[in-house]
Amino acid sequence: MTAITKKPENPIAHLTEADIEAIGAELDAIRQEVIDSRGESDAAYIRKVVDVQRKLELGSRAVLLFSVLPPAWVVGTVGLSVAKILENMEIGHNVMHGQWDWMRDPKIHSTTWEWDNASTAEGWKHSHNEVHHTYTNIVGKDNDLGYGIMRVDEDQRWHPMHLGQPVWNFINACFFEYGIAAYDLELGKNLRIPKEKRSESFKRSARNTLRKIRKQATKDYVVNPALAIPTGSAIPALTANFVANLVRNLWSHSVIMCGHFPEGVETFELKAIPDKETRGQWYVRQMLGSANISGSKAMHIMTGNLSHQIEHHLFPDLPSNRYGEVAPKVKAVFDKYGLNYHSASLPAQVGSAWHRVVRLSLPNGWLATTNAKNLPSQLKLLYGMATGDRRTRRVAQLHLERQARKQAAADSGTTKATVAA
Amino acid sequence: MSATAAARTAAPARVGTRGLLRRVADAAVSPLTVDDLLDHFHPLRGGTGADQVKGRIVEVRPETAEAATIVIKPGRDWSGHIPGQYVRVGVDVDGIRLWRCYSLTHGPRPDGRISITVKAIPDGTVSQHLVRRARAGQMLHLAQAEGEFVLPDPLPAKMLLVTAGSGITPVIGMLRNLFSKATLPATDIVLVHSAMARDEVIFGAEMRRYAATGRLRLIERHTDTDGLLTTADLAAEVPDLAERIAYACGPVGLLDALEEHYAEQRLTLHTERFRPAMVDTDGAAGGTVTFAGGTSLTADGSTPILDAAENAGVLMPSGCRMGICMGCVLPMTSGAVRDLRTGEVTVAVPGETGAGGVSIQTCVNAAAGDCQINH
Repeated sequence: MTAITKKPENPIAHLTEADIEAIGAELDAIRQEVIDSRGESDAAYIRKVVDVQRKLELGSRAVLLFSVLPPAWVVGTVGLSVAKILENMEIGHNVMHGQWDWMRDPKIHSTTWEWDNASTAEGWKHSHNEVHHTYTNIVGKDNDLGYGIMRVDEDQRWHPMHLGQPVWNFINACFFEYGIAAYDLELGKNLRIPKEKRSESFKRSARNTLRKIRKQATKDYVVNPALAIPTGSAIPALTANFVANLVRNLWSHSVIMCGHFPEGVETFELKAIPDKETRGQWYVRQMLGSANISGSKAMHIMTGNLSHQIEHHLFPDLPSNRYGEVAPKVKAVFDKYGLNYHSASLPAQVGSAWHRVVRLSLPNGWLATTNAKNLPSQLKLLYGMATGDRRTRRVAQLHLERQARKQAAADSGTTKATVAA
Repeated sequence: MSATAAARTAAPARVGTRGLLRRVADAAVSPLTVDDLLDHFHPLRGGTGADQVKGRIVEVRPETAEAATIVIKPGRDWSGHIPGQYVRVGVDVDGIRLWRCYSLTHGPRPDGRISITVKAIPDGTVSQHLVRRARAGQMLHLAQAEGEFVLPDPLPAKMLLVTAGSGITPVIGMLRNLFSKATLPATDIVLVHSAMARDEVIFGAEMRRYAATGRLRLIERHTDTDGLLTTADLAAEVPDLAERIAYACGPVGLLDALEEHYAEQRLTLHTERFRPAMVDTDGAAGGTVTFAGGTSLTADGSTPILDAAENAGVLMPSGCRMGICMGCVLPMTSGAVRDLRTGEVTVAVPGETGAGGVSIQTCVNAAAGDCQINH
């Protein structure tokens, strides 16, 4: 999407300053209600999830000791995949957000939790909690907008490298935990700096991440397979761990893509954000910059309640088990102020997010202006843009945009209908 | 984070086959440890470390309408106690872990269980929970026994025990221990106990039984009919007071009066306090307290920094919560705090007060301006 301030119809143009502050107050009240009623049953919930997750993982690993038998391999792999997903999504992500800090239990606390992931808790808390949750969907500021390897917004400049982004995105999905680790380290940026000039904090974080990756790999690919040697199950146990990690990676990548990438989620221009953003303004940005996934209770738990991405972004430190309960109240605020509460099923949101990744792998306007008749000339233009220098690209881009505007003006009726759909 | 990571990896250095097995098992469940998993199956096992002891409530026995004894089976790493000592107990109340100190009310028992006796004080979150809502089967967190309020060995010839209200709790532990031995002690014991009314006397029947069987002389006073216990009353009731080694436990007012009296007479008195005496700091200005981890909170001038920080979700080291054990000490790198017991202000100025800052007891110090704490 284009940053809201550049759109012909700014979705918040109808809100007055007073409206925005009233939204802030109403959302604060919803938040306070949960904080006031937080207690024993919430604590019991997270302890139960931790208990179930650990027993499931332990049980699955025990079954995998006999994974030379195909049914054992299947049961163990499914169990381990679910356990890893639960650990990362409903437990790790949420504990590290400080959602359970109020319990004052040092074993379930944002400052002590370490998760089953290549990325370190420390690195994740910085890149995710501090950067992404503060600067959500601000183009150029929130690295989650494409993770620095993809173009997911019209306002991010197109580069020939983006032609391959559907492939990068798929590879990133398969090895998502390593992608996150690299992303937390800002590896791309830091590796471009000469070795001797890299900051101490980067070197320290890189060492910690390597140590974490080594421990994770030792567990999944050395110790657990080795324990299965007596039954001749070492190789099946190893593949089971690999598959479980792959499943967890694909699942968490899909869920996270659904949070901010589906078509219709809004982005923001840095220069349009006031220096001192008020609570209300921050809330509105979070409201428009996130998308929910509708589904069953089991689905919500498996996504770590990130299916309630909107509620999570409004209240990142409220216990995840409460998001479902506040969702109708939050939606009522959206409706009251005429804002779009973006929610759809998992397949619809995943499809929409992938659609955006594919669409934006091409220069703005290219897809819209291409039809069967002009395909050869359009391809030629694209080839020119992919191989030419920056100036060539700019000229071609201006041409495309002009064409797109002309076409839009010609059939404005149909375009509007498409947008509405 | 880094401190915790270090704590997680710094497992006790075990050697030999067991140590190797443990390392392999830990590597198989990283980033957890085998102990994290065993906690889900056998929380009372040994080997958890002295600071990770849990206990299971096995009985909640009402003592009076307002008090109950909680009998606890401690984990194997509980190192035992001497009668008169107290234990810090961590209780999850409404999902929040709160720690309080309670005197142990038994001597070491043959069944290895320990007990605390709790009086529900109005608005007391933890005491109300333990007396009214605690049930057998629930888990508690325990620190190791602490405290210097214990009888000497060998016992003196003559002893005076002065208690009021729930101040009887450490003393009943001492008495039960003495009277459970095969040979009764030769010590001449006088117990002066003051309580609100006869039916509010915790362990009343037990004390009267000890008196009836000649194990001690009991002077029982009820403030509803006899008024508050004064030092003059005490001198009148116990003529040979000067010859007796004295132990006292009870409310701040009583202990202060006794200490003054004993100091005047140049006699020795051992006391146990449940709460520190605080100066009046109502209306004192607080400030913003910032932690090295980035958390920042506004604290008023009369709330201990420990409480303010815990309310804001900061994981704080803590101990006795009354300024004795030094378990809550943290370095303040800049700013000012006021000691709630004395009103004294401690100031840390970067560059003047040493690189590590000034150590402050967060449980008895409140913000007296903005301060930075390295935690």
